[in-house]
Amino acid sequence: MMKNIYTKNNTLTKESKIRCNYFRKKILAISQTVPALHIGGAFSSIEIIDVVYNILKNKKDKFILSKGHAGILLYVVLNYLKIITNTQLKNYCKKKGSLGVHPDYKTPGVEASTGSLGHGLSIAAGLAYPDKKKTLYVLMSDGEMHEGSIWEAALLISSKKINNIIVIVDYNGLQSSTWAKDTHPSLNPIHKKFQSFGWDSVLCNGHDVADILKKLKKKKNKPFALIAKTIKGYPISFMKNNPIWHYRSPNKIELKRSLKELEKYEK
Amino acid sequence: MRNEFAKTIFDIGKKNKDIYILVADISPAGKMFEFEKKFPDRYINVGVAEQSMIGMGAGLAMTGKRPFLYTISTFALYRPFEMVRVDLCYQNIPVCLVGMGAGTIYANLGATHLTQEDISVARSIPNMQVLAPSDPLELRNCIKFCSKESNKPTYLRIGKSGEQTYNFKESEKWKFGKIRKLVNGTDICILSFGPIIKKAFEVKEILKKKKISTEIYSCHTLKPFDKERIKKIFKKFKKIIIIEDHSEIGGLASIVKSLAYEFKFTGILKCFSLKDKFFSCYSNQDDLLKKHGISTKDIIKSI
Repeated sequence: MMKNIYTKNNTLTKESKIRCNYFRKKILAISQTVPALHIGGAFSSIEIIDVVYNILKNKKDKFILSKGHAGILLYVVLNYLKIITNTQLKNYCKKKGSLGVHPDYKTPGVEASTGSLGHGLSIAAGLAYPDKKKTLYVLMSDGEMHEGSIWEAALLISSKKINNIIVIVDYNGLQSSTWAKDTHPSLNPIHKKFQSFGWDSVLCNGHDVADILKKLKKKKNKPFALIAKTIKGYPISFMKNNPIWHYRSPNKIELKRSLKELEKYEK
Repeated sequence: MRNEFAKTIFDIGKKNKDIYILVADISPAGKMFEFEKKFPDRYINVGVAEQSMIGMGAGLAMTGKRPFLYTISTFALYRPFEMVRVDLCYQNIPVCLVGMGAGTIYANLGATHLTQEDISVARSIPNMQVLAPSDPLELRNCIKFCSKESNKPTYLRIGKSGEQTYNFKESEKWKFGKIRKLVNGTDICILSFGPIIKKAFEVKEILKKKKISTEIYSCHTLKPFDKERIKKIFKKFKKIIIIEDHSEIGGLASIVKSLAYEFKFTGILKCFSLKDKFFSCYSNQDDLLKKHGISTKDIIKSI
């Protein structure tokens, strides 16, 4: 498996697809060892986080997972990059382990303790401010946009010209309980909200790596928010857009089905 | 104390380029204005947006900077409480959160601007250190400590303006985490902190005429608390008076009462703390304190 991941001859997109499938399979495997994990929201963010970690980010740059409930995805990626050990990952949510559901500042490779929504963007402002040469990537969820602190931070970042921040919103449309558009239809269109707060912002397909990269190239001299349209639970047919997969581990039959679908998807 | 804060932070900031000041819409008067003019990159007015002030301060500290986050105490601690708890305390980073005009100082502005229970709230968060200097000199020491030695988050509770410094030949030096004796006495002892310590000195003067000698201590560090010193004070005095501009829940009186049990103190403890009530009195701070039963007269009567 790992050999495939390092294949150099494939295109950027093809390589990413292999990696993303690896991450999904890894998360599915871990899901069998713990009672529940946020699988839906992790699956919707996979292509985004892969682009940031494995294509864009240089050593100086930092990434904050503001939607901390996708912590398992961050751990799997950090493990792939050999920042988190196999033993650490194996002990996820175990008595002798150090990794819990939400990312913790003490963990190697984790830039901030998140899990309570609406914290990551302000922290990113502080991390980005003193050194404008580094880029701060912040992954947020669209449900997180309901938090007032996000808009305080959005205002602060553009007003103080902290332009080395790139926000990517995992726009999967679902909160833990319902569709985000039913709770706050006025939130849409999100990119226009960011624009009116002094940011550059565009939409993209959050599962299409080429599109994510293409749209990120539009970043100029302003803070940038990429609104990545995604599907919660993607690409597993029975998980897609189904709120129960916000916080549920698949049973053995569902696991088998998921793995089968992923094999097909990779081809 | 406002002026002392601005002056000290300017002095330290001249040499230490890691010092940042973040304010939430506080007008930069005096030396603070100079700091802004001289170091515009290190002076950030986040606007009326306290949550982002805490988050940004946390981020700066995570890059090795030494930020001081400064606003009126209620907006420094209560408004962005969860950011204080998670970004500063859970992550355990050395940020100094300065709460100005604490306690009942802003009496005429009403309860929205008072912090009767800030020490109680701040003390209860793991990792948080709580400092409440009694005068400008102590404040200077607190700022120096927070700008260098401190490796944890600190809630620095300060007064506003016009505070006197109480420093005498016999006064002990300020040391983080240590109760500081200000004046010697033999008959009774007063424990206090913050600008309300003024009342301790007023009481001392009145008692002097009655030939009662009063020893006064500044308990400027509320967390971690100097238990050992209290043990010694319990041994020395039979009568101890506590004066604080803070709720009877979770402040100095609460701490000392629990230690009195631990160390089996058999003397008398008289506590003058704010009642667990939202009183209103818009004339001045002293009138509001009277409603809480805190006045020189009340204290003298209890002795």
